[in-house]
Amino acid sequence: MSRPPTTRRVRTLAIIAVVLVALALPLTLRAFWLQSGLFAMAAVISAIGLTLLVGRSGQLSLGHAFFVAIGAYGYCYLAGDPSSPLASGLGLPPVLALLGAVLAAGLAGALFSPISGRLRGIYLGLASLGLVFLGQHILFNAVPLTGGYNGRNAEPFSLFGFSFSDGTPEGLTVLGVQFGGLERLWYLGLLLVGVSWWCARNLVRSRPGRALATIRDSEVAAGVMGVNVPRYKAAAFIVSSMYAALGGVLMALVFGRIVPESFGLTMSVDFLVMIVIGGIGSVGGAVVGAALVTLLPLVLNRYSDLLPLLAQPGSSGISAADLSRIIYGLAIVLILLFAHDGLAGLGRRLGSSFRRNADGPGSPDRPMSDSPTTKELAR
Amino acid sequence: MSNLFGLVLNGLSLGAIYALIALGFVMIFKATHVLNFAHGSVLLLGAYVVGVTNDALGFWPALLLGIVVAALAAVVIDVVIMRRVRAADLGTLAILTLGVDVLMVTELTRRLGTATLTTGAPWGTSTVDVLGSSIPLSRVIAALVTAVVVGVLWALFQFTNWGIAMRAAAADGGTAELMGIRLNRVAASAWGVAGALAAVAGIFLTSFPSPGISPTVGLVALAAIPAWVLGGFDSFPGAVVGGLIIGVVTTLSAGYQGDLTFLGRDLAQVTPYAVMLLVLLIRPSGLFGTKEVARV
Repeated sequence: MSRPPTTRRVRTLAIIAVVLVALALPLTLRAFWLQSGLFAMAAVISAIGLTLLVGRSGQLSLGHAFFVAIGAYGYCYLAGDPSSPLASGLGLPPVLALLGAVLAAGLAGALFSPISGRLRGIYLGLASLGLVFLGQHILFNAVPLTGGYNGRNAEPFSLFGFSFSDGTPEGLTVLGVQFGGLERLWYLGLLLVGVSWWCARNLVRSRPGRALATIRDSEVAAGVMGVNVPRYKAAAFIVSSMYAALGGVLMALVFGRIVPESFGLTMSVDFLVMIVIGGIGSVGGAVVGAALVTLLPLVLNRYSDLLPLLAQPGSSGISAADLSRIIYGLAIVLILLFAHDGLAGLGRRLGSSFRRNADGPGSPDRPMSDSPTTKELAR
Repeated sequence: MSNLFGLVLNGLSLGAIYALIALGFVMIFKATHVLNFAHGSVLLLGAYVVGVTNDALGFWPALLLGIVVAALAAVVIDVVIMRRVRAADLGTLAILTLGVDVLMVTELTRRLGTATLTTGAPWGTSTVDVLGSSIPLSRVIAALVTAVVVGVLWALFQFTNWGIAMRAAAADGGTAELMGIRLNRVAASAWGVAGALAAVAGIFLTSFPSPGISPTVGLVALAAIPAWVLGGFDSFPGAVVGGLIIGVVTTLSAGYQGDLTFLGRDLAQVTPYAVMLLVLLIRPSGLFGTKEVARV
């Protein structure tokens, strides 16, 4: 994909600016915004995994929450205190626990490959729907491992004695700002998001990425060209599961405590909504979609008293929670009605019309690649 | 032994309700290739209308009103929203119906509040004895109604112009359109029939032995998804057989819960999905679904 040099320079500058702002944010933001941002980052990582699967290899999955749960619970189990009476653990160093949780999810994805390698599109989507229900059942019932209904605590992350919590080094301040758990986690989150984004972009442009795109467009054509179709489909599922798990680990770290209730069908659906709103297959779109879907209810709940139309909790009328659901539903319907290819497609069209009008350098916000033809999902 | 027999009978009658819902899924899928996540909320809407109006109108007029409203709602979803995006891919269409579902469920939940409405159905809480096992009367009627509905649908498909148009549109939309079949009308009517079936299923799902009309009823309708997938996506007989299988599996795993405690509590909620996964593993297109053929 070659672009005019000016476009590239604008793009690089924009990325640098975004990174700098993101790095500086903990110096000014309040705890609420930091925490919301961290939730969004966790969602972003998992959503990137799903957009790779759905948009790049054409496999619809409603089972993403299952793999997020494996990541979250895997981390808590591997890093958990072995002497705790509430839930068992192995007491591994957090870094190993993080890697172990991600690998465990990859393994679970591989175990699902007899199904994910054979089924296509909607069939796979509904089969993976079964995973969510089975997974939640296990979470509720495997009490020693998961803590059952009440959930279990997540051990704080630490690296070489530097704790990503309010612990050691205590009273850390940077430029006069107290750096507690949330501020430190923010940088961990940024790092994980950055690595995920970078890996995803490279994967898409690599040989396996092109093989997956060919499978999406035509399995027969891919097979004829020597692509091992079932193997690549299974591999795509595994990679996406690992992304889901990484997001799950971050989510567990931010929450500090995880309960089975969160990892239900709603979460799977939310992920699907994120990538569809963002534009299926676009990594940038997944980032924007994940941020929107995560932040909307949090922000509306927080500022509900400032909005005049809303009823206070307990009285009849539309509550903040209702309003955020209504906006969520309306956003899905309207975006898909008026921009089938999501926000990424909308951005692309705006960008190209801008280029036509100005006849100059294009929008810096161009998504990473051409829109995938997800028609194949239906076949 | 009589316990097993009773459980199977109960399961078959519950399965009949699932079959009604699954038939709606199949009908919408065949006509418009949409995986309709809003089906559960259409079902809830039908039940809600009956619950609100049965005091004033009496049960039967309220039932008729509920069916009409649910059918109209489904048609409106198709005409106002889905018709504009016919060409979109399956994932997009499914998410779109999810959006509609979120809107409908939010509003209905708000209206229902915490109070539980009842349908006021004349069969009430009575049970009947069938060969020594007692079954709720509502379930017996549900099974009979399903049998009648299946028969009527079959006859409609075989003998009426509407049925032929439906079959033609499902088999090959392009050709059907060239033959003068109005695809949009066929699609809207399929949605309407599916909505009506959902409302009927909703009445039975909210009758005794279930507590009444609550927002969770829409979620119960999700249990019909394994039934639909199990039977194959585009097969009407498959929907009925799938519904019956899932019904029996559900009641059996609930009934023998005590012997299966090592598998955890609330087993009946996951066994339908486990069965679905097993069947898909062996037959990727479900029991009766059209096998996919790769054409070069």
